[in-house]
Amino acid sequence: MNTTILLFLLQDGITNGAIYALLGLALVLVFAVTRVILIPQGEFITFGALTYASLSAGQMPGTIKLAVAMGVVAFAFDLFTFRKALHARRVLRSVAVNIVFPLAIWGVMWALGGRPGNIALNIVLSLLIVAAIGLYLYRIAFQPIAHTSVLVLLIASVGCHLALQGFGLVFFGAEGQRGPAISSDAITIGALRFTGQSIAVYGITIALIIGLWLFFGYTLYGKALRATAVNRLGARLVGIRTSLSGQIAFLLASVIGAISGILIVPITTLYYDTGFLIGLKGFIAAIIGGLVSYPLTATAAILVGCVEAFSSFYASNYKEVIVFTLILPVLVLRSLAAPAVEEEKD
Amino acid sequence: MKAQNSALLQVTDAHVAYGKVEAVRAVNLEVRTDEIVTIIGANGAGKTTLLNAVMGILPLKGGVSFAGQDVSRIDIEDRVAAGLSLVPEHRELFATMNVEDNLLLGAFRIDKATAARSFEHVYNLFPRLKERREQLAGTLSGGEQQMLAMGRALMGAPKLLMLDEPSLGLAPIIVADIFRIVSELKAAGVSVLLVEQNAQAALKIADRAYVMELGEFILDGAASDIASNQRVVASYLGFQHEGESAI
Ligand SMILES: Nc1ncnc2c1ncn2[C@@H]1O[C@H](COP(=O)(O)OP(=O)(O)OP(=O)(O)O)[C@@H](O)[C@H]1O
Ligand SMILES: [Mg+2]
Repeated sequence: MNTTILLFLLQDGITNGAIYALLGLALVLVFAVTRVILIPQGEFITFGALTYASLSAGQMPGTIKLAVAMGVVAFAFDLFTFRKALHARRVLRSVAVNIVFPLAIWGVMWALGGRPGNIALNIVLSLLIVAAIGLYLYRIAFQPIAHTSVLVLLIASVGCHLALQGFGLVFFGAEGQRGPAISSDAITIGALRFTGQSIAVYGITIALIIGLWLFFGYTLYGKALRATAVNRLGARLVGIRTSLSGQIAFLLASVIGAISGILIVPITTLYYDTGFLIGLKGFIAAIIGGLVSYPLTATAAILVGCVEAFSSFYASNYKEVIVFTLILPVLVLRSLAAPAVEEEKD
Repeated sequence: MKAQNSALLQVTDAHVAYGKVEAVRAVNLEVRTDEIVTIIGANGAGKTTLLNAVMGILPLKGGVSFAGQDVSRIDIEDRVAAGLSLVPEHRELFATMNVEDNLLLGAFRIDKATAARSFEHVYNLFPRLKERREQLAGTLSGGEQQMLAMGRALMGAPKLLMLDEPSLGLAPIIVADIFRIVSELKAAGVSVLLVEQNAQAALKIADRAYVMELGEFILDGAASDIASNQRVVASYLGFQHEGESAI
């Protein structure tokens, strides 16, 4: 094998690995805060990517209707929870978050009237739609059962994945789509050619990681989220609502998923169910990180990306098999190293 | 029903059960404004269970009203907002975060200006915490962790502080410190509900006391009366140091 191929595969691996890293980090975050293993992460990717692609093609994506509908249901759930103490402020806040917010996005899209907007606007709209879906998904499916066991949450998570994937098929059809690249420039350094898109992937990944680091390290809400992850009862005792932390975690995860999708869709054709497979690779990284360690997850994600790149070069038929087999030695090692873990109770 | 004039916390006919086993039965408890009240009782009497249920961590059958508001149905977080605060038996600190962040989160619900004053107040009460503000909570000594747990609870400027065995596992000199601080809180306008194994020390600083046995209150009254009650002396005060001679 010559150096050029080696470098090329590494570059490819790192580009994909950066995206898996983002997804893995989101999974770790959601699990730490809510104990939900976020299988629907894949749908956030698909929805982000295909919403962006549809908007760029001047079509109205079905996801906005889903966001509006889920908002209405979330609002109904809120009203039901508030029934004992119907404070005007709470209700107004709920109307703003669940009803006004998705309708406002719809309004903007409607005003565009099917003209493809510019790339930045399309990206922002796609992110907002998926963020809304993520937020309402937590409100509807997970908040009411937040106190149950990890297993129950996992079952709910699988259910959400299947339902959202079904919606994906309805909205976007079985055909794959591609979206426009964020930048079509390219630079060549030595033998390597860096496309604008791959540079965007690195840049956005690094910016997001720095942004998350600042959020968790320096803001009150970031710290509150960490507190919930470290000690749920302790957090409640200082007045941090588990539901608030859960909503923020899902919001972050859905935005991260959507960004990943938007970064990938100019490079690869995405189908309604591709997101799941991509999310699964982030999941492997998260498992290697034990669902707790952020740095380990990010490193593992780069490894997963590189293994994928090399195996698709040498044994492309077995690419997925090789990548997913990575998880086996890790699980065996972990189960040998760790004593039996009891389910956390609270 | 309007709560009695100065009753801050009023618990009426409280029952708390773990499955079918009732750990707290028919308990009536009252804490008035500017009062230190202590609950003493043997291991397993149900003290922790009662405090946790008053805080909303465990479901309670019966009435709980706080500051004139019925709080028996509302979430823990809303009880915190109403001014009720618990320092639980196991402290429940944010172990991987530093002292200052733990305190900051204690003030999660209140505005920035009040939080700044709370910081000053807490650092005055516990100068040790100020020295260690960059240290991770999980690496603090037991006594420091207890101080941090109390400090974090005080950051939210509570009306009533419920302490579950603040002296548990601490050296006598630190225990004395903690009890001194508890009595200072009263002067600062914070009422205290104190659960303690160390009955002697608790009765010394308390205004009133309840004695709990097998899930029920069997005695209550002024702390000084309880301290001189025959039965209490025999079961909780007289044999304070017997355990130590066994070594
Ligand atoms: N989670 C639980 N499930 C079942 N029984 C419990 C549970 N927690 C406590 N109990 C029982 O309830 C009773 C009261 O326990 P509690 O912890 O309230 O006692 P305590 O007065 O705080 O004791 P200590 O002074 O040792 O802290 C005990 O008999 C205990 O075994
Ligand atoms: Mg106890």
